[in-house]
Amino acid sequence: MAITEENPGYKWVGTRPVRPDGVEKVTGKARFGADLILPGMLHGKVVRSPHAHARIVSIDTSAAESMEGVKAVITGADFPDLAANGAHPSEIDVANNTIARDKVLYEGHVVAAVAAITREQAEAAAKAVTVTYEVLPHVLTVDEAMADDAPLLHDAMITKGVDPAPEEPSNIASKILHERGDLDQGFGEADSVVEREFTTKPVHQGYIEPHAAVADANTDGRAHIWCSSQGHFQMRAYTATVLGVSPGTLKVTAAEIGGGFGGKTVIYLEPLAVRLSQRAGRPVKLVMDRDEVFRATGPTSGTRIKVKMGVSKDGKITAAEVWMAYEAGAYAGSPVGAAGMTAIACYDIPNFVVEGYDVVCNKPRVAAYRAPGAPMAAFAVESVLDELARNIEMDPIDIRLANAAVEGTQASYGPKFPRIGFVETLEAIKEHPNYTADLGPNQGRGVAAGFWFNAGMMSSATVHINENGTATVVTGSPDIGGSRQSMALMAAEELGIPYESIKPVVADTETVGFNDVTGGSRVTLATGAAVVDACRLIVEDLRGRAAKTWDVEVDQVEWVDGQAQHVDGAQPPLSLNDLAAKSGRTGGPISANASLNSRGVGAGFSTQLCDVEVDPETGVTKVVRYLTAQDAGRAISPDYVEGQMQGGVVQGIGWALNEEYIHDTEGVMENPSFLDYRIPVASDLPMIDCAIVEVPNPAHPYGVRGVGEVGIVPPMAAVGNAIHDAVDVRMTELPMSPIKVLEALNENDG
Amino acid sequence: MPRTHITTVINGDETEFLTEDSTSLLNALRDEVGLTGAKEGCGTGDCGACSILVDDRVNCACLMFAPEADGTVIVTVEGLADSGELHPLQQCFLEGAALQCGICTPGFLMAAKALLDKNPDPTETEIRYALAGNLCRCTGYDKIIRAVQEAAREMRGQ
Amino acid sequence: MKYVAPSSVEEATSLLSSSPSAQVFAGATDVVPQLRSGRTAPEVLVDLKKIKELVEVNSDGDKWTVGAATPTAYLTEDESFSHEFPGLSEAAGLIGSDQIQNRSSLGGNLCNASPAADSVPAMVVNGVRAVVAGPNGTRVLDVSEVVTGPGQTTLDDDEFIVEFEIDKMPNRSGDAYLRMTPRTEMDIAVVGAGARVTLADDGSIEQAVLALGAVAPTVVRIPDAEQALLGSTADEETLNAVAAAASAACNPIDDKRGTVEYRKQVAGVLAKRAVVIAIERAEQRNGSN
Ligand SMILES: Cc1cc2nc3c(=O)[nH]c(=O)nc-3n(C[C@H](O)[C@H](O)[C@H](O)COP(=O)(O)OP(=O)(O)OC[C@H]3O[C@@H](n4cnc5c(N)ncnc54)[C@H](O)[C@@H]3O)c2cc1C
Ligand code: FES
Ligand code: FES
Repeated sequence: MAITEENPGYKWVGTRPVRPDGVEKVTGKARFGADLILPGMLHGKVVRSPHAHARIVSIDTSAAESMEGVKAVITGADFPDLAANGAHPSEIDVANNTIARDKVLYEGHVVAAVAAITREQAEAAAKAVTVTYEVLPHVLTVDEAMADDAPLLHDAMITKGVDPAPEEPSNIASKILHERGDLDQGFGEADSVVEREFTTKPVHQGYIEPHAAVADANTDGRAHIWCSSQGHFQMRAYTATVLGVSPGTLKVTAAEIGGGFGGKTVIYLEPLAVRLSQRAGRPVKLVMDRDEVFRATGPTSGTRIKVKMGVSKDGKITAAEVWMAYEAGAYAGSPVGAAGMTAIACYDIPNFVVEGYDVVCNKPRVAAYRAPGAPMAAFAVESVLDELARNIEMDPIDIRLANAAVEGTQASYGPKFPRIGFVETLEAIKEHPNYTADLGPNQGRGVAAGFWFNAGMMSSATVHINENGTATVVTGSPDIGGSRQSMALMAAEELGIPYESIKPVVADTETVGFNDVTGGSRVTLATGAAVVDACRLIVEDLRGRAAKTWDVEVDQVEWVDGQAQHVDGAQPPLSLNDLAAKSGRTGGPISANASLNSRGVGAGFSTQLCDVEVDPETGVTKVVRYLTAQDAGRAISPDYVEGQMQGGVVQGIGWALNEEYIHDTEGVMENPSFLDYRIPVASDLPMIDCAIVEVPNPAHPYGVRGVGEVGIVPPMAAVGNAIHDAVDVRMTELPMSPIKVLEALNENDG
Repeated sequence: MPRTHITTVINGDETEFLTEDSTSLLNALRDEVGLTGAKEGCGTGDCGACSILVDDRVNCACLMFAPEADGTVIVTVEGLADSGELHPLQQCFLEGAALQCGICTPGFLMAAKALLDKNPDPTETEIRYALAGNLCRCTGYDKIIRAVQEAAREMRGQ
Repeated sequence: MKYVAPSSVEEATSLLSSSPSAQVFAGATDVVPQLRSGRTAPEVLVDLKKIKELVEVNSDGDKWTVGAATPTAYLTEDESFSHEFPGLSEAAGLIGSDQIQNRSSLGGNLCNASPAADSVPAMVVNGVRAVVAGPNGTRVLDVSEVVTGPGQTTLDDDEFIVEFEIDKMPNRSGDAYLRMTPRTEMDIAVVGAGARVTLADDGSIEQAVLALGAVAPTVVRIPDAEQALLGSTADEETLNAVAAAASAACNPIDDKRGTVEYRKQVAGVLAKRAVVIAIERAEQRNGSN
C-alpha cells in the first residue's frame, strides 16, 4: 500500500524488477568477505584478552613463532605509536581498539595476531602466544562507571561539554544538553505527569556474516585489501591511519557484504591483515569466529534513561525532561548525541530539557547500529507517552497527532522541519484494518513512533555508455540491501532505456571517486543523486551529439524515451543505440562523472502497531500481528523499501523481547553465540505488514528520504505498550524477557 | 600430519579431496573443493548459513567432520540450478526479493528444498518452523516465507 | 585429532579401551561447539554412526529399540513410534532445527549430560533403559541412572550406549513433554517437564510419573506430585498440588538462561500442563488403538 501524493508517471522508479546482482546471490557465486582464496594465501588468527581490564605486562611470541607453518606474529609494538605522532584522539582510539598497546579494556580486545599456512596451525600458534597481564578492577555499566570512586579506563579523560571543565578525570567522556522553554511552567500546566526510569542492555547488530579481510602486501609498501564493509573508502582511511601510511598506498576492493546495520562502518581486521601480510610476504586472510564478533565488535549501548513528561487534558505535551546515560564501551563515542537530538523530535514540545552522558566502560567499543542511539530513547519516551494517553483516556494515535511535528515545526534539536510525513504515517496506521482487528484473550495492542534524520554526505558516480547503447553505472557504495537496483532504476528513468540495459557496479577505491560509507540511510539519496547527476550529464552530451549530427542548435533536441528527438520532428529520432554506435565520430566515448556533498537530507518517520499475546503463567510474549508505516519520500525500489522496513522491525522485536549482552562478574561475555544471543527466528514472527508512505523529499530529484534506519526506532515501545495493553504491566527494562514479564506480573498480583 | 583422502559425489560429480580429520566439512568444501556457496555464520550449528544436503537430508556442514563425507552424496547451493536453469526456489527468491545482503540465501535455499522435497504443500507455520534453523538478520523473514510459498505452488504445478 | 568410524560395537569398545583420550560421538551437535570453544580436546573421535544397530529404530512384540546414535529426525518421522510416544517424540523433535534433527541423537542428548537436555525427562517418565556396551560386554541401566551431574555420567571412559529399550505404551496411558524457551525454536530449555499417566477404568489416575529438566543438576522426579495424582481425576485442586510439588522439587541455579524464582514458578506451570495433555492422550489410547 502506498500513499502517493502525485504520480509523476515514472516508468522504472517504483517498479519491482529482479535485482541486478540477484542471480549470483541465489547460485552461490557472489563473493563475500571470507570467500576469496588467493594463491599462497595464509590463514590468520587473532589473540584476544580474557580480561575485561588489565595492563599488558609482557607478550612472549617466541613459542608461536617457532611453530610449524607459522609465518608471522604481530603485537601492538608492530604498529606506529600514533600518540607520539600527534594524531587526533579519535584516531588513537581507533588504533588502540584495533590492537591494544599497554592496556586491554574489554574481554576480547586484540593483543596479537598470527599467520600460518593452515587454519589449524594458526589456531595452535594463537594459543601459544603468552601474554602476562596485571588485572585491573573493571566497570561494566553506566552506574558503575559513573560512581565516584570508579576505576578509570582512561587516566586523562576529562568530560567534554561541561563548563567549566572538570579538573578530575572520570569515565564520562562528554555531556550533551538541549533545552527550550521553562520546565516548571510546562509541568505546572500539565493535567497528568508521568515519570519513569528505563534500562536497556547492549545489543548487537547481529549480521550473519562475520568480519573478514584478505590483505596482499607488496614489498614496495603498497597493499591490496579485500573486505566486507559498509564503506571501503572509510576502511582505506582508517587502515592507513593505523598503519601510519598514505591512503594512496592502499587499494581496497569491496567484497559482497553479508549485513552490517552500522557495525561494518569501522575497522577491526584490515590493518592486522596488512601487517601480517607484510611480515609474511604472502597474502593473509583473517576471518572472525562468531564468538569474536560478539565479544569484540560493536554492539550498541546499554543505557539508563529517565523520562518525565506532562500533558494537558486535550493531549498537548506541556513539558518533557529526559536524562540519559549511554555506554560507549571502551572508548568515547556512544550515540548519546544522536539520542539527545532524536528523543523527542517527533513532537512539538514547548518546554524541555534533554541531558545526556557518554560513558566509557569495560565492554567492546560500541559501533553504529541502525538509527544509532534513537531506539533506546524512543523506548523510554514512547512508553511514557502511552501511559499519559491512558491517563487522559486518549487514543494513542490521537495523542501523537495532537503533538506531531509538521512542516515548519522547530525541531527539538534546532532546525525547522521542511515538508515531512509524520502525520501521514500516523494516519496510515489509523486507517489500516489492523488498527481495529479483534484481539483475543491475553492479547494487547501497542503503538509507537520514531524519528531519524537520515544522512547525505559525499558520493561519486560514473556512468559509461557502452557501444551498444547499454550503460554501466559505477559507484563506490557497497550494496548491502539492494541499492544496485535503486541505482539502476534511477539511471533507467533518466536515460530512458530499459532497466535491464543497465549494469550497476560497486567499484574499488582506485576506480571511482570517493564515497562515504553505506550508512545513515544515505545511499539511495546521495549516491543516487550522484548517479542522477551523471546521467543528466550524459543526456546533455547526447543531445549535443544529436544536434551536431543534425546540424541544429542543442535546444532543438529533446531527450525522450531513450532517444534524441527533434522538437519539430524535422529529423528521424536517434536512439541511444545509434548515438553509441557512432560515438567515435561525434566526440569519442560517452561517459560522465558526478561527485557531490549531498544537501537536502529528508527526515524519516515511522509509526508502528504491534499486537502481542502474553502467556500470563510463563511471561512469554508472542507477536501475533505487526504493521509498520514509514515515510520513504519516494520508494524507488518498493521491494527493498519494504525489506528495510521489515528488517528494522524484526531487529527491534528481538531487542524488545530477548536480545542482550550477558556478562559475568568478571566482565566476560556469557552468551557469545547465536544460540544464547537470541535474535528472532522465523517461527517467532508473523508477517510484517508494510504501509509505505510517500511524502517526497523536496530536495531530492526523486523525492527520496532514505529508509534504512527509522524502522528500528519504534518497535521496543510498540511491543512494551502492547504488553501493557494485554496484561497490565508497564515494562521499563529491555529485554522484556519472559522472566521480567513474569516478575512484573507477580508484582501486580502480590 | 597425514591428510585423509575423501571420495564423495558433490553436485552430481564424483569429487575427491584431502583433509585433516578435524576440519569441518564446511571448511573442506570451501577451502579444498573451492565451493564457497555455503557460508560460515557461526560454525556451531546455530545459523544455518552452511546448510547443504547430505544424502538428501539438510545438514549444517559446519557440524560435520570432513571425513564423515566419505561415500556420501552432497548437494550445495552451486548444484541447485539444473544445467543453467534456476530452481523454482531460486527464481522465487529473486522475484520475491527474498534476499537483501544474500549471505543467508544459500542456506535458506537448501533448507527450503529439503522441506519441499518432503512436504510439497506446507502451511505458513510449517515453513516457519522448518526454516527456524536458518537465521536472516536483514529481511525479517516475511519475503522469504512468501517466496517459499510461491515456489511450492509452482512446483505443485499450480 | 584423528577420526575413526568403527563398524561394530566390539571394534568401537576395543578402540576406546586402547586410546585413553578418545571420545565417541553421534551427531556431534554438542561435540563440535565444545571442540570449537576449547572445552574439550580429544585425540581420537569415534564416529558411532557406521555401526548398524546404533542407527536403527525397531519394534518387536513388547518393546521398541532405538539405536543410540539414530538421528532424532528418524524417530519423529516414524509415525507409529510418534503415535505411541507423542511426548517422547515431541521432546526429541524439540532439539534444535531440522538441520540439527538430522544429526542429533538420544545417546548424545543423554550423555552430553546437560541438565536442560529435552529428551531426557521424556525418557525418564517412560522408563527408558539404556543398553551400555563396554570391554566386558553389555549392561542395562535406567536412563535416570546415567547422568550424575552437569557433564557427568556413570559410564566408564571405554563404555558407550548402544541402544535404548522402551516398553510398549500400555492401554489408557499417555505421555507429554513441554518446555519453556524464550524463542519458539533454536533454544535451550529454561524449564522442561515430562509426564506420563495411566488411567484406571473409572478414569482416575492409576499411575503417574513426572520429571523436570533444567531445574536441578540432573533431571528430577516429583514424587509428591505423582502421589497427589494417584486415584485422582486431576481436578484443579490436585493440579495445584502438582504445581506446588513441582516447584518444591526444583533445585535450580541463576544462570544466563533463567533465575531460580522463574524456574520454580514455571516448573509448576509446565508440570500441570504436561499432566493435562498426558491425560488427554491416555483417554484416547484405549484397546482399539
Ligand atoms: C543449534 C543447536 C540447538 C540445540 N538445541 C537443543 C535443544 O533444543 N534441546 C536439547 O536438548 N539440545 C539441544 N542442542 C544440543 C544437542 O543438539 C543435543 O544434545 C543432541 O541430542 C546431541 O546429540 P548428538 O548426537 O549430536 O551428540 P554428540 O555431540 O555426538 O555427543 C554429545 C555427547 O554425548 C557423548 N555421546 C554421544 N553418543 C554417545 C553414546 N552412544 N554413548 C555414550 N556417549 C555418547 C559424546 O561423547 C558427547 O560427550 C542443540 C545444539 C545445537 C547446536
Ligand atoms: S555456520 Fe553452520 S550453522 Fe552457522
Ligand atoms: S539477507 Fe542478509 S541475512 Fe538474510
